[in-house]
Amino acid sequence: MNPISSGSMPVRNEQDIVMSRQTVRKLTQELKFSIVDQTKMITAASELSRNTVVYGGGGEMRWEILSDGLRNGLRLHFEDKGPGIPDMEKAMTDGWTSGGGLGMGLTGSKRLVNEFEVRTAVGEGTCVSITRWK
Amino acid sequence: MDRIPILRMGKCLLVTIQVDMQDQTALALQDDLAGQIEKTGAKGVLIDISALEIVDSFIGRMLASISGIARVLDATTVVVGMQPAVAITLVELGLSLEGVRTALNVERGMSLLNAAFALDAGEDEESDVEDDNKDKTGEAS
Repeated sequence: MNPISSGSMPVRNEQDIVMSRQTVRKLTQELKFSIVDQTKMITAASELSRNTVVYGGGGEMRWEILSDGLRNGLRLHFEDKGPGIPDMEKAMTDGWTSGGGLGMGLTGSKRLVNEFEVRTAVGEGTCVSITRWK
Repeated sequence: MDRIPILRMGKCLLVTIQVDMQDQTALALQDDLAGQIEKTGAKGVLIDISALEIVDSFIGRMLASISGIARVLDATTVVVGMQPAVAITLVELGLSLEGVRTALNVERGMSLLNAAFALDAGEDEESDVEDDNKDKTGEAS
């Protein structure tokens, strides 16, 4: 599926986390998502951007606006070259955290979107992709 | 870094969050509020989040911490004005803000705090009444 449009921004510090929220807000508004769907996608982006900064040591967010012919959607990729996730099963458990967080970031974000995918390799990095359709 | 202003009104501290906060700003607010409760002896904290378009796990945790810290410092916290879409998202994310008192708007939040103050005052009066009764018993015997 070729994206209708795409772009990227760095996610390296706290200010970038705020910027990623604002970027996703703008994109979801352009796609005419409902307020609830906008809020869910922005919240998921906020969680995953923070993961990229805190656990991945910084990286980037790429976005793609998609169409499957019937509906439009927004796909976001959060990519870092950090330590990777050694135990995915643990990472996908509610309340488990390797840092000082609540352990809701990955699992919580998954519940807020339609499609969720994690690709990770220890020592190479992590890419979390989420998609929400209108 | 931005700082969120804290206003004092009678026994209450009022906070209106109107900007998209950086994590450090949220942490600073937590520290500032704890300091202000200690300094002013405030009995209530009202946090208006009606302008917030999202509450993620970080902000959620900050609200829960403030409530906890305030409670230990003998103040009641109420979070008011959460937008419906934010409430739906927060619960789906897996946070239900347990231990955080909420109200639909500022007006209801203030009534909730005033009721809490009245209850406190009521408990004091009750203990006075008990003392009176003891005095009377003393006189009778």
